[in-house]
Amino acid sequence: MPLTPVITAHWDEPDSFTLEGYRRHGGYSALPRALEMGPDAVIATVKDSGLRGRGGAGFPTGLKWSFVPQNDGKPHYLVVNADESEPGACKDIPMMLANPHALIEGIVIASYAFRADHAFVYIRGEVPHVLRRVNAAVREARDAGYLGDDILGSGFNLNLVIHAGAGAYICGEETALLDSLEGRRGQPRLKPPFPAVAGLYACPTVVNNVETISNVPYIINNGVDWFRSFGTEKSPGFKVFAVSGHVQRPGIYEAPLGTPMAELLEYAGGIREGHELKFWLPGGSSVPMLTKDHLDLPLTYEAIAEAGSMLGTGTPMVFDETTSVVRAVTGWLDFYKHESCGKCTPCREGNWFIHDILHRFDTGTGRSEQLKVLDDVCGQILGRSFCALGDAAATPFPAAMKYFADEFEAGTTTASSATFDPAASTVFSEVRA
Amino acid sequence: MTVTEPNSGGLTVPEGHVAFSIDGVSTTAEKGTLIIRAAEQLGIEIPRFCDHPLLDPVANCRMCLIEIEGQPKPQPACAIPVGDNMVVRTQRTSKVAADAQKGTMEFLLLNHPLDCPICDKGGECPLQNQAMTAGRPESRFEGPKRTFPKPINVSAQILLDRERCVSCARCTRFAGEIAGDAFIDLLERGAQQQVGISEDTPFDSYFSGNTVQICPVGALTDARYRFRARPFDLVSVPTVCEHCASGCSLRTDVRRGEVQRRLAGDDPQVNEEWNCDKGRFAFPYLSEDRITHPMLRDEDGALRVASWPEALGAAADALAAAQGSAAVLVGGRLTSEDAYAYSKFARTVLQTDDVDFRARPSSDEEAAFLASSVARSEGPTYADLEVAPVVVLVAFEPEDESPIVFLRLRKAVTKGRTRVFAVAPWASPGLSKLTATVLAAGPGQEMEAMTGSDELMAALGEPGAVLIVGERAATVPGLFSDLVATADRTGARMAWVPRRAGERGALEAGLLPGMAPATWGDFEPGVGFAGVIDRLVTAGEPAELPVPVAQEDSEADAGAEQTTERPPAVTSDLAPTEPEEEPPPPYQTLLLAGFDPADVPDGAALVAGFDLVPCVVALATHHNAATRAADIVFPVAAVTEKAGSFLNWEGRRRSFPQVFRESLILADAAVLAAIADEMLVDFAPSDPAGLRAEMADQAAPAVEAAPRPEAPRHVHLEAGEAVLATWHQLVDDGSMQAGEPYLAATSRPAVVRVGPANAADLGIADGDEVTITGTIGSVTLPALVTDMPAGVVWLPANSGTNLLAALGVSGGDTVRVSVGRAS
Repeated sequence: MPLTPVITAHWDEPDSFTLEGYRRHGGYSALPRALEMGPDAVIATVKDSGLRGRGGAGFPTGLKWSFVPQNDGKPHYLVVNADESEPGACKDIPMMLANPHALIEGIVIASYAFRADHAFVYIRGEVPHVLRRVNAAVREARDAGYLGDDILGSGFNLNLVIHAGAGAYICGEETALLDSLEGRRGQPRLKPPFPAVAGLYACPTVVNNVETISNVPYIINNGVDWFRSFGTEKSPGFKVFAVSGHVQRPGIYEAPLGTPMAELLEYAGGIREGHELKFWLPGGSSVPMLTKDHLDLPLTYEAIAEAGSMLGTGTPMVFDETTSVVRAVTGWLDFYKHESCGKCTPCREGNWFIHDILHRFDTGTGRSEQLKVLDDVCGQILGRSFCALGDAAATPFPAAMKYFADEFEAGTTTASSATFDPAASTVFSEVRA
Repeated sequence: MTVTEPNSGGLTVPEGHVAFSIDGVSTTAEKGTLIIRAAEQLGIEIPRFCDHPLLDPVANCRMCLIEIEGQPKPQPACAIPVGDNMVVRTQRTSKVAADAQKGTMEFLLLNHPLDCPICDKGGECPLQNQAMTAGRPESRFEGPKRTFPKPINVSAQILLDRERCVSCARCTRFAGEIAGDAFIDLLERGAQQQVGISEDTPFDSYFSGNTVQICPVGALTDARYRFRARPFDLVSVPTVCEHCASGCSLRTDVRRGEVQRRLAGDDPQVNEEWNCDKGRFAFPYLSEDRITHPMLRDEDGALRVASWPEALGAAADALAAAQGSAAVLVGGRLTSEDAYAYSKFARTVLQTDDVDFRARPSSDEEAAFLASSVARSEGPTYADLEVAPVVVLVAFEPEDESPIVFLRLRKAVTKGRTRVFAVAPWASPGLSKLTATVLAAGPGQEMEAMTGSDELMAALGEPGAVLIVGERAATVPGLFSDLVATADRTGARMAWVPRRAGERGALEAGLLPGMAPATWGDFEPGVGFAGVIDRLVTAGEPAELPVPVAQEDSEADAGAEQTTERPPAVTSDLAPTEPEEEPPPPYQTLLLAGFDPADVPDGAALVAGFDLVPCVVALATHHNAATRAADIVFPVAAVTEKAGSFLNWEGRRRSFPQVFRESLILADAAVLAAIADEMLVDFAPSDPAGLRAEMADQAAPAVEAAPRPEAPRHVHLEAGEAVLATWHQLVDDGSMQAGEPYLAATSRPAVVRVGPANAADLGIADGDEVTITGTIGSVTLPALVTDMPAGVVWLPANSGTNLLAALGVSGGDTVRVSVGRAS
């Protein structure tokens, strides 16, 4: 399957992020169309398109919008989750840098659809350049009449607020994000009630990913059939894949869902020279790893799930044979231990536990029976934590054990750094050699 | 209950209920019942930490995970309501559930210090207990545990040991949800998550002690009980609180003849599972500086220790001589039984109707109101407050003056739809936490503020509306009458909430003039505190000079001479300096019980008047100005040394047993009975049960409401004058809070609150020293400019300075306000 640049089509143009650059290629033509269609028709279109959430869970977007109760007398809110913090995920940040107006147009259309007059973009605070760029785009859009009162003379008002997070992975979890946005400490909320019923300020709220919303103007403009001409029945459309790791050309590749990993790897120039694939993760560190045996898998929600992993954010991380699985997994657990919000016991304490044992294996001081403990502990977190962060933390080790048990066994005698020179997996390893 | 159709399991499912099974037992429960509660109803205990029946579910400890058929993951029983045909399996029948709970327990113990042997919670610790059922015998964790410096003070009273904390958030949720004092919160994240306070804002909540009680581990301890006892060495007795009229159930834990701690008892109808810090921590007074022996005034004027027979004999002689010329004045803290004994003793033994229990600013109008509208009436209850659409507070600050009323109102406001209106000088913290609509009014302006609000008057007309009036209304002439009229007109139910635990009981015992049952005799209505003091003061005024009118008229100089040098013929040989005809004493005797003259207007005059009374008999637990000036003093039992009961503001009887059963200290009623015995008078049973049985048979007289007294509508204020508004803060210098420095350290600082208009006139800014001068003294305190009506100042009644005793003023009086210190 060929690459299908849609959202990324004009990123190579020097002014792709400006209003002018966006409009040059039909930007903001979907908005009047949507305003013409009426809100319910917009929801129906998005529903029919089969667009699924691009933030990781893959929940049907139109369905989510339709959950918002109408005529309930309460304000509705759209909150765009731009707290992209998943290790390995780097698609929303470039998208907001290179094409912020697609996001803004999508926000206006989505808000119009489920009758929100206030929208927020929650951007992780570590990327001030993105904040600046999106803020500039919002200014442009407002000046052009795409935001604010009586948008394009339709009588529809929308106020858009760009909010900077303060650097917590947990705030990518939608309810923790809402707490954070309300000025509280970011911790996930008990569900139900779901945000569609009681979200931001206890009002109906839709939380969507940047990429999901950025898809919307293109769907409105080109129609359901066009969108469904990409991808598969269950995973329609295209996806901004961000390939990272030991590939020749790490970067962003927009291709239809269902593109096999092998093909995506080709676009990225294949594994770096003189090396071979060891394992890869389809969508960030929170999904189980796969091996070269899974390269022919089409990158769809359903096929990846069938293989025992998840498409997640659709940002494959590729590792070659210089990588120590033990070290990689230990590194991720350092992250999860650090980012666990502390609310629930399994995640708060379990990550402390896993982290302690993994470091023993990483330094060659583990004991074989501790592998069983590790497996138990992951089992004690998985499915028992309050939110998906705990599940994510409990994922890497069992998956790694499935394919690379011998490396963990080696961890009872040998440090990972002795077997796998850490320098060899770096991007500058060849320079050094 | 309406029976609908039986479901497939053959169960009859009442309307609004659902049928489900837990561990194979089919049952029904009301819709919305959480699984963990439904299991409790079946006697199945699901382990838990964060769950608390009175707090909103959070499901963060993950200890109560159970299996629900059809659900892929184990689910928290504390957060999920039972559903129709739900099949639930707990740890008893499900390996998934049991494993999940074991896993959580292993995690909880990872970083938990193994210091149970020195932990105050050891022996009564949910973590310890559940570790026994769901824990592993040995830890699999080999790494270093997370450590914190410990303990740290989150307030003077509450200490936090972060290592022991399991992050269940019960404490922070209690503080936020129940008390409305979100001074503590969880900080940091991951395993570093910890409870903490904001810098410079300690956890000075009136309800902070509850967090210690609901902490499921030993993370929160209080300075009072810390390291004082092991739980298994304590003897626990269910008691009730003697401090305010809320009427909390308590659990008193004693060891070696001393109270070690007090916990809130579980009484859903009254205090639910909470109490205030005063009720919890203010008990050291029980064992400190007690009067231990009877005392008699010697010939040389000093009080000396006497034997019981000697003291009883002396008292009997004095009282026998005083029939018909006595007054019985008691404090508001007697048990209902003791109050009854005084009431009956006054009428049947001393033949007097000069009785009163209101050792505080009071009025005849109030006495008539209490006798006609409160005594024997079935007023609103806590449950009524919870469902009331509207509650109006007049002369009553609930958080300071009846904290459990405050908690129940807060529940009604936050969980229900109750609206609170408060007629008050300023929006106190308590009123703010009730999101009350404050109708600003200083003393005397209450009715004007109420009638001026159409919204309030309309709200009072809503069915179920409650009008709560506090004891401070007695300082505003006409207010009780006007409120009764308002309640009658609008249909609102009226409740009187006094501050002290014994007032309602004393009222029901007839300890007010004119309230004696007919069987005790026929009395002209007597006088109360104010009347007695009046009589003493009048009698003490210098007598008319015995100067012949003619002489004075004819020759002033000669008259003056005569007064200084009286002719010998007029003097007596025995008492040469005394006038010939000594006026009769105002009373032959005063019988005083359990009150501090510092609480009474003109209390000093009362004590000074003792000189005019041949014999003053005082019964008390602790010395004060009255006992020190009395002629005969009897020690009496404190609440832990006797059984008895209080009637709380609802009129609900709150009975308690004798905590220290070996105590030989007599209760007031028993001392009175002993005196009566000595007088050879048939009096009353001396035991609480007998007294209570007798009380139940007494038909108290019906008392008519008194006509509304004429009240000055507007007080004329000179420049620099203001009307004093005041009330007692919950934690203040009250004598029953003595000996508890940690509690005292959490009290609210004393300030003078001045309205913006007066502040501008006088050039007062926040923090400036302001002097308030009353009739006999003054106090200087920092000012706090507060949204208040002009011409009103507020300062606490007894925080650092007892306004009555030191300034000679109470609410409604005019005081002088000046900037800076008194010269």
